Amino acid sequence: MKQLLVFIRKEFYHVFRDRRTLLILFGLPVVQIILFGYALSSEVKNIGIAVLDNAHDVQSEQIISKIKSSPYFEMQKPVLNYPDIEKKFREGSIKCAVVFPVNFGSDLYNSKGASIQIIADASDPNTATILTNYLNAMISDYQQQLNPALKPSYQIIPEVRQLFNEEQNGSLNFIPGVIALIFMIVSTALTSVAVVREKEMGTMEILLVSPFKPVMVLIAKAIPYLVLSLVNFIIILLLSVYLLNVEIRGSLILLFAESILFIITCLSLGLLISNLTNSQQTAMLISMMGMMLPTLLLTGFMFPIENMPWIFQVISRILPSRYYYDIVKSVMLKGLGFSYVWKETLVLLAMSAGLLTLALKKFKIRLS
Amino acid sequence: MKTMRFILKKEFRQIFRDKIILAMMFVMPTVQLIIMPLAANFEVKNINIVYIDHDHSSYSQKLIYKIISSGYFKLAGGPNSYKEGLKMIEEGTADVVLEISPGFERNLVREGSQKINLSVDAINGTKSSVGGSYLLSVLADFNTNLDVNIKSPNGTVTVRPAKINIENSNWYNPRAEYKYYMVPGILVLLLTLIGGFITALNIVKEKEIGTIEQINVTPIKKWQFILGKLIPFWIVGMTVFTIGLIVMYVIYGIFPEGSLLTLYTFAAVYLIALLGLGLLISTFADTQLQAMFIAFFFMMIFMLMSGFFTNTESMPDWAIIMSNFTPVTHFIKVVRLIVLKGSRFSEVKNEFFYLIGFAVVLNGLAIFNYRKTS
Repeated sequence: MKQLLVFIRKEFYHVFRDRRTLLILFGLPVVQIILFGYALSSEVKNIGIAVLDNAHDVQSEQIISKIKSSPYFEMQKPVLNYPDIEKKFREGSIKCAVVFPVNFGSDLYNSKGASIQIIADASDPNTATILTNYLNAMISDYQQQLNPALKPSYQIIPEVRQLFNEEQNGSLNFIPGVIALIFMIVSTALTSVAVVREKEMGTMEILLVSPFKPVMVLIAKAIPYLVLSLVNFIIILLLSVYLLNVEIRGSLILLFAESILFIITCLSLGLLISNLTNSQQTAMLISMMGMMLPTLLLTGFMFPIENMPWIFQVISRILPSRYYYDIVKSVMLKGLGFSYVWKETLVLLAMSAGLLTLALKKFKIRLS
Repeated sequence: MKTMRFILKKEFRQIFRDKIILAMMFVMPTVQLIIMPLAANFEVKNINIVYIDHDHSSYSQKLIYKIISSGYFKLAGGPNSYKEGLKMIEEGTADVVLEISPGFERNLVREGSQKINLSVDAINGTKSSVGGSYLLSVLADFNTNLDVNIKSPNGTVTVRPAKINIENSNWYNPRAEYKYYMVPGILVLLLTLIGGFITALNIVKEKEIGTIEQINVTPIKKWQFILGKLIPFWIVGMTVFTIGLIVMYVIYGIFPEGSLLTLYTFAAVYLIALLGLGLLISTFADTQLQAMFIAFFFMMIFMLMSGFFTNTESMPDWAIIMSNFTPVTHFIKVVRLIVLKGSRFSEVKNEFFYLIGFAVVLNGLAIFNYRKTS
């Protein structure tokens, strides 16, 4: 036991000696939370728009000034014809355009009605949908102003309650994702490199001939990263609460317990990777490039999993981060108890047990 | 010149000797480019809805039928009380609970308006806002019909209002498929990973195992060493870009609308800028681990700030400035414009100057730093 402590201390020195890596390790969550919280909202505003007004009458001017004063749009110089609109799209300075035909105002009151064309750059479909909806709402609003009789006298008014997120905090579902991503990176990538480095440098042989069980070597290697990950976790929680005003609704103890479980899963994965590879470069590429994109894409915090082809839904089921993301969402953001997340917890337990067993097996083979 | 040839030979050998690095550089981006766009789909469909109808009147049933049949919503179950509905939201089996109070129809006819209660799982911002706007448009439609039905049940309407017909045109992607937006974006990200990341690792590796010292005592000049490092990776980058374009066409049927020459000109400059970044990272790092983390740190920021996921225009001002200082932002924008809209060089020349600027500054800094540190 005393030996183990000495060994762990040695590993801690190893980790804390490298100031630059440490700076990044702690800087990363801070930067991510700030970026996700402030810069990356799913809001759509200040989007470039151009108007082709062939009518130049009171009505078209009124609609244009409505668009100008809206926070959603950034009015560009008026265009004179369709090729002009296309050019503006090709320059990337607008994402939608509105076209008024000749006689727009006078057509309003004859039997056919007047028409307006809204052109959206649909290469980004969601933005196009949102912009088109904004414009449609503005125009029908204007229509009602012109003609109060149009207001329906019978209507059903929806009363919407935003559960778990009254402030409409756009960054809410990113936070569990960021936590999962950071753990994946810190625990998996760092651990995988730590063991391989000893191999590359040839110091592994020395460790293995020491009167020290190989299992202990691995444990001692992993513990500093467990501590680092937990510190990071606390930093993220503090930032979320005090900077982004996220309310932690559930039990902190449960949240911590689940997080430790997930960190252990990541550490086991890291150990496994490091036992399968022989160079730091390979270990890093597998754990960073191989893990980062799938975690980002298939965890469910960027893209809805239910839209994906079934094969991805299957793959996302074998990613530990997906279960952890669900757990954090339920406990931290919805305030639910263990009875809601026991299934996911079991899955993570099974995964970490399996990965750890595999890692140790592979490790023993190397001794022969 | 002769020295240069030898160095390049050595570097290429090193790259092609290591099968894993090779696979990482060519196979992995290809596979990811084939696979990822299928997953990267922001489209919101299948919003799971449940309802509790306390009124059981013909209007409440009509309304529910209208919502369910609109095609946006999927009925996820039949809770008996609001509490049960809420539990379904907590479990994640439902996104929206719709509750219609007793006396809904009677009061609607009598008073002209009635509220219905919607409870939305608002953790996922996009889903709840898009779902809300779907529901509003369904309701608006329903309200219009309601009005007509109550006022003139025999179908004789005499209202002649001023009317505007809105014609919505979706350009560049009439079927509103997400792949058009995502595939070029993912290609740029993968290229960035390869160009910035592997270069940095490769140079730091020489430092870490001490071979850089050996090279320093040979008559090879520093600039030869650096060029010898960068040229192979530039060629690798251009090859990956080409493979990416082929994948984009063969798998996704997207062929660049604009000129390939323009696209490659941008890619060439962008890669030079990236390699400069990789070199710069390598001067700051002593170990591969450090290099990887620095690279990852930047990669993360690039990815978030580049407009790959969100509109850069909608960010706060400080973030827009930051995003303009990110090379990826400009390249993603250009690739999307040239590939999807066929933009000409003259239309995107501003982005080109940005990239040239990055290439000069990053490489300048890297060389300056490199001379200082070794």
